[in-house]
Amino acid sequence: MTAKETIASATNGETHAAPSSPAQRAALEFGKAWTYAPAPEAADHVRIDPRYELFIGGKWVAPSSGKYFDTVSPSTEQKLSEVAEANERDVDLAVKAARNGYEKYWSKLSGIERGKYIYRIARVIQEKARELAIVETMDGGKPIKESRDVDLPLVAAHFFYYAGWADKLAYAFPGRSPRPLGVAGQVIPWNFPLLMAAWKLAPALAAGNTCVLKPAETTPLTALLLAKIIEECDLPPGVVNIVTGAGATGAAVVAHPDVDKVAFTGSTDVGKRIQKALSGTKKKLTLELGGKAANIVFADAPLDQAVEGIISGIYFNQGHVCCAGSRLLVEEGAFEPLLQKLRDRMQTLRVGDPLDKNTDVGAINSKMQLDKIRELVEAGEREGAERFSTPCELPTRGYWFAPTLFTGVSQSHRIAREEIFGPVLAVMTFRTPEEAIEKANNTMYGLSAGVWTDKGSKSFWVSQRLRAGVVWANTYNKFDPSSPFGGYKESGFGREGGRQGLLPYLEVD
Amino acid sequence: MAAEGGNGKGAAGPSGPRTYPDFSAPTVDKVMVEERAAALGKRSIKKEAKVAGLLLSIAMMDLTTLEGKDSPGKVTQLCQKAMRPHASPEVPPCAAICVYPKLVPVAKHALAGSSVKVASVATAFPSGLSALDVKLDDVRRAVAWGADEIDMVIDRGALLAGEKTRIFDEIAATKEACGSAHLKVILETGELGTYDLVREASQIAMLAGADFIKTSTGKVTPAATPAVTLVMLEAIRDFFYATGKRIGMKPAGGIRTAKQALHYLVLVKETLGDAWLTPDLFRLGASTLLNDVLMQLETQRTGAYQSGDYFSKD
Repeated sequence: MTAKETIASATNGETHAAPSSPAQRAALEFGKAWTYAPAPEAADHVRIDPRYELFIGGKWVAPSSGKYFDTVSPSTEQKLSEVAEANERDVDLAVKAARNGYEKYWSKLSGIERGKYIYRIARVIQEKARELAIVETMDGGKPIKESRDVDLPLVAAHFFYYAGWADKLAYAFPGRSPRPLGVAGQVIPWNFPLLMAAWKLAPALAAGNTCVLKPAETTPLTALLLAKIIEECDLPPGVVNIVTGAGATGAAVVAHPDVDKVAFTGSTDVGKRIQKALSGTKKKLTLELGGKAANIVFADAPLDQAVEGIISGIYFNQGHVCCAGSRLLVEEGAFEPLLQKLRDRMQTLRVGDPLDKNTDVGAINSKMQLDKIRELVEAGEREGAERFSTPCELPTRGYWFAPTLFTGVSQSHRIAREEIFGPVLAVMTFRTPEEAIEKANNTMYGLSAGVWTDKGSKSFWVSQRLRAGVVWANTYNKFDPSSPFGGYKESGFGREGGRQGLLPYLEVD
Repeated sequence: MAAEGGNGKGAAGPSGPRTYPDFSAPTVDKVMVEERAAALGKRSIKKEAKVAGLLLSIAMMDLTTLEGKDSPGKVTQLCQKAMRPHASPEVPPCAAICVYPKLVPVAKHALAGSSVKVASVATAFPSGLSALDVKLDDVRRAVAWGADEIDMVIDRGALLAGEKTRIFDEIAATKEACGSAHLKVILETGELGTYDLVREASQIAMLAGADFIKTSTGKVTPAATPAVTLVMLEAIRDFFYATGKRIGMKPAGGIRTAKQALHYLVLVKETLGDAWLTPDLFRLGASTLLNDVLMQLETQRTGAYQSGDYFSKD
């Protein structure tokens, strides 16, 4: 019996007057009955230097080319600072410094001493969490709510977690005498700038390696603030080096002959190029690439909570999440009620100033990314899918995209196959669990998935058949440093987080 | 009237055994609903939004006293407070006074000519463990004495034993006994054990004719929580989607601070939207909340947090 029939039969009793055409009246309004005043996080105490050099060998070094590039706030298009552009010579200096740091200091320290340094980094990050969160939000456009409550706590937790492993590596791999690799070259993306730096640096340092880290060109600031923290924590020179720049700088890090291990998080395109470049070399490689995750909702799911999971799955961090639940697969019987709830819920999303503590969806990270989202959304419209975007007012300056979903999507549509990396959800339906699994797995990616059902046995049955590195059941986007994360197929290989996350940075017999 | 009206028998009509609507409701995931409720507690409500929210929460307040030692004097004092919570003209009166039936005439007299309603608990409050005709008589008397609103309790023992139709029949009968008085149905969520049952009880109450659904008596811990309130708001939303009928919500018990009151307002605003941001559809049942709200309002107005002695303790 549907909800409507339920009520119809209830109204046959004496207790109700029969409602007149409920469908017409049953629309919720989320307007201005009681509005929240702006609640901007104060940023005036945050100091961003007008210019940042490269952090090499424990010193701040000017780039050999003398070139700098601007980093702008995507929510205001204002320049925040300018940052050194490292070329091959600078990268070479950084790798040499890392090698020196490895041979002279880091490899000579006991695990317990390395652990102390990493714990110290974690504690200072906690102390400066507020400042780091604000800069993360200014430079990247993500809501302060997220950088404050998700990014920064996870960043500190990651360093704490791996600090604990530093003197216990022998226990992580019993009887297999784990040894560090040497110098790790690490290239990270712009969606979780500081968190990705933590995911890369913490396990590498705990395992006894030294690092050359290249942050993304649109979001270099928090990595540079992390360099200052590392300086403050008095790490031996060269143990962590941070070189800023665009794709060419990253390519130089990856291609440097004295790098022993490459770790990359970013697009599948670049990942493929890196893998090609590294073929035939001794370098170890891990790749964490794109995704097109299926969020599967069965009719017996807790629907109101599933809506929250769907929202968090695709609109968290403007959808700039490699494990975003960008394909919603709904069992046919639940489609109508779920979509009604979802559309109403989308209307309550507050899009705007990322520094406002009540903002749910912030700015798109860059003009380039905004163009890509627009292109794919237009493709979705052209291919005949039905678009719904929230009727929110977007700021006139900066890069913005209203939370959007498409219904009437086919497996063959571009919006169902390509990673949009924006706040755009493709909704499809299925009839049987087998069909859900087939559709979920019918993608070149395999990073994550979600399953929503009240039935535990179904939850396990389905998740065992999903080819995805992470499967969330009745939740989405949950992270913990103790839990390994990584992909199947073109989502990459290697795991980050947990005991498994140490392995890519170790030689084990 | 069948005092022990059991499954399907309670409201048998002339044409044979009564058929009941489907009481089934969507399941609730505990972890996610608590997470969502807590997340809405992080909304930053400042300045004019804070003042507007606090004033609204006063207008939505059911100022409550439900103690064995309640006296006419105490109730009269509380009525004065409800009509004029603060000297400042912008502060609205409260929505209602909530008392035991015997004190309804006192409250009615004290509130004469004002907008403040008289709500009375009834139906063998707080346990509900009496014969149905005794409970209905309790309701009729309270209404006859002048109650505008009846806060009934459901028989939680019967619900936990699976007697859903009995709960439905008792609520329907109570609604009938209320006449023109509004009916609030107290689920006593602290005794129901699971959010699933809270959701189902909400559905039964709304189907049976509740004007409001209410979390708690205030006599059981836990009383109102943001998560249980969210579950009930979601039930109200589903009912609205299906029927177009707007049911009211009243969290009660344990709401003591202005911050909590604003948290509940946020829950309503972001779950049900504008239409529910009115005392007609949302109430806060509280005995000690008002003064904290007044103190916060004065803090906003003057910039200084004042001593409790500057506010009347009623």
